[in-house]
Amino acid sequence: MTNWWPPLTLVGSWLALLALLALTVTLAYLPLGSFNSAVAIVIAAIKATIVAAFFMELRDRGARLLIFAGAGLFWLGILLWLGLMDFMTRTPA
Amino acid sequence: MTEPDYLNSAYTLRSWFFTTDHKRIAILYFATLIGFFFIGGAAATAIRIELATPQADLVSSDTYNRLFTMHGVIMVWFFLIPSIPNTLGNFIVPLMIGARDLAFPRLNLMSWYLFIAGGSVTLFAILAGGIDTGWTFYTPFSTLYSNSYVIVAVTGIFIAGFSSILTGLNFIATVHRLRAPGLTWYRLPLFIWSLYATSVILVLATPVLAITLVLLATERFLGVGIFDPRIGGDPLLFQHLFWFYSHPAVYIMILPGMGVVNELISCFSRKPVFGYKFVAWASLAIAAVGFLVWGHHMFVSGQSLLASLVFSFMSFIVAVPSAIKVFNWTATLHKGSLRFDAPMLYALAFLGLFTIGGLTGLFLACLAFDVHATDTYFVVAHFHYIMVGGMVTAYFGGLHYWWPKITGRLYSEYWARTAAVLIFFGFNLTFFPQFVLGAEGMPRRYHVYPPEFQVWNVLSSGGATILAAAYLLPMFYLGYSLFFGRRAPANPWDAPGLEWQTPSPPPEFNFESQPVVTRAPYQYGPDFAAEPQNA
Amino acid sequence: MPKGRAFAPQYASVQHRDETAEIGMWVFLATEVLLFGGLLFAYFVYRHANPAAFAEAGRHTRIVIGTANTAILLTSSFFVACAVNALQADARRTCIAMLVSAMLLGLLFLGLKAAEYAGEYHEHLVPGVDFSYVAPLADGVELFFIFYFVATSIHAVHMVIGIAVLATLAVLLRRSASTRMRAALHSAALYWHFVDVVWIVLFALIYLPGRSGT
Repeated sequence: MTNWWPPLTLVGSWLALLALLALTVTLAYLPLGSFNSAVAIVIAAIKATIVAAFFMELRDRGARLLIFAGAGLFWLGILLWLGLMDFMTRTPA
Repeated sequence: MTEPDYLNSAYTLRSWFFTTDHKRIAILYFATLIGFFFIGGAAATAIRIELATPQADLVSSDTYNRLFTMHGVIMVWFFLIPSIPNTLGNFIVPLMIGARDLAFPRLNLMSWYLFIAGGSVTLFAILAGGIDTGWTFYTPFSTLYSNSYVIVAVTGIFIAGFSSILTGLNFIATVHRLRAPGLTWYRLPLFIWSLYATSVILVLATPVLAITLVLLATERFLGVGIFDPRIGGDPLLFQHLFWFYSHPAVYIMILPGMGVVNELISCFSRKPVFGYKFVAWASLAIAAVGFLVWGHHMFVSGQSLLASLVFSFMSFIVAVPSAIKVFNWTATLHKGSLRFDAPMLYALAFLGLFTIGGLTGLFLACLAFDVHATDTYFVVAHFHYIMVGGMVTAYFGGLHYWWPKITGRLYSEYWARTAAVLIFFGFNLTFFPQFVLGAEGMPRRYHVYPPEFQVWNVLSSGGATILAAAYLLPMFYLGYSLFFGRRAPANPWDAPGLEWQTPSPPPEFNFESQPVVTRAPYQYGPDFAAEPQNA
Repeated sequence: MPKGRAFAPQYASVQHRDETAEIGMWVFLATEVLLFGGLLFAYFVYRHANPAAFAEAGRHTRIVIGTANTAILLTSSFFVACAVNALQADARRTCIAMLVSAMLLGLLFLGLKAAEYAGEYHEHLVPGVDFSYVAPLADGVELFFIFYFVATSIHAVHMVIGIAVLATLAVLLRRSASTRMRAALHSAALYWHFVDVVWIVLFALIYLPGRSGT
């Protein structure tokens, strides 16, 4: 074994992810009304960002990979935006 | 002593079926696609024979359902989508950008095997009894009411979808990373821009089809109602998911054709493409905006009025970049030194047919007109003008243009021109009457019709006979050229592209030495020969 | 032509090859986003149509197992990130140990997932196999559980592939740590983290709705 120790950024990200997990589970039980689902999704997005930035090393990469990583999300946004537009604006017959 | 070309480097079966050479994989795809083109064409032939008379004389209504489904499934997924990208694209892209292969050669071979696997599974579904849902697999036709091999067919398409994804992935990585020194983005031939835009769609749309088919198969297999209103499901969810893939898939089919036409028009006008940057960015604009219009397939489905309005508006917007291209090609022809070699005839046919297809698309983007024309032959004629008149014509044009490079042989120019002219007339005779039929209200997907429609249907079936003969002709003269054609020089068209700077057929690793690019593409004209591009 | 080089002839250098592989992996992940994206779209459509049923169905999921599994996957991702870092520092045995730990956590995840499926089967919550639920929200609850089973089983398939890839790499790394292996580990790690991200999103959509009562 060589004397390798995990870098602080990785340890910090890991602890932050676990803390956010505890936070989101706790908040899910608080009666926030319609904010419950918004909070859950925002915290999930923060966790995903931490994984992408530190574990997947996106913060050290150039614009090209950021665009590639963002393209999937952008197109997912198109699917949800235009798709849900139909279901949310239907007038009952 | 020069090294042997890619066809002569080895002769064993193993050297073909386990090759990672992009040129050999292109040939494998080419041979496969000929087979699928004929299977899909056979179904079309049966359809046109049946429709020659108003009664049912050849097939029952159930068989007819299976015939048009087979025609659609085979032609869309197993011919049009892979046609130009996987044959001409596979062969030409690395040559055009001065690379020795695609970025991931083994992935490229794997994509062919996936394609073969998916194609075999779907063919099995067809042989075992066929699919009667239409190529769109709309629920509940495909779940509750179909007694045919839906799950098998869908599995085949699912597998073939991954072949598309791998191809798109490979092209994207290749164009980003393997361009020759000096080959900046704005020095790329427009064929590359088109295929890059196509790849973006392949990579981002195909997975949605995959998951849609998984949901469909789950519903059918387990008998649960994902899209079934009886338990609160929504059949329109299927249509949204399906068209989120299948409308961009239309651009998968037409963008590579546009890419080929850039090369042809520029070469045979001896001029650079007019407004290069506009044409380049128009490709990416089509790829992006093409994702925003899918709901125009659903105007009469019961989607919300707001959604219909937005999708209608977006559908008008997406016509703008296509129009930019058509205008710029026309401007390229203006005052060019036109030569009417066979590839140019195909390119000009494309220009006319695509314009008709595109303009009738605008009719259909109009809410009021679409309500009248939905599911009539007007729609059938419209998309055949784009896909057959546009894409297949461009495919044939590209095939003739690069045939000397691919095979090292020259074909008979006389017969090639004859075929091009026959295709143009046969196509118009087949499909223009269908615009009239549709406007008069003949619905698609019926094998019997009122007698007053017969005149137009007979014209259409007669045109289809000419078209079929015209599509068979190249088999003969191109096949003949393989064995008896004159040897092709490296650059039979005096074109400046990198693919013409290496022998025909190219050596195994494409270039003797790494080419270096020092100028923009399409530098035709008196001085280009004096200034070799290959440093 | 170049024969016997360490990298394929279309590349100019090892670094050129590895950077291209990384691009290819990211393009593949964009594809995967849209694969799960279709499911997310279906989820939001049906949640919009049946808000009460989705809240009630969410309460039927096992949040203890779900939370534990999330923590397990987050930790396994941490180990995989450490494995990449350790190999860069030439600590090959640490790297292998990290990979094996991540694999074991992945297997633990799948085991807990199986236990969860078994529990749902006993409660008659598996649509198409054995589903019974009292009206009036039965339809919406069934739609929720269809989404739940399709999404989590596709995620589980990704986990199985990921575990197999990590196992292969761990075995190969025992022999050598060529530049090729480093690139392969990097791609495998990206994939593993992505599967983790998918789970983070699924967790928020499956286990958390309806916990606050109503």
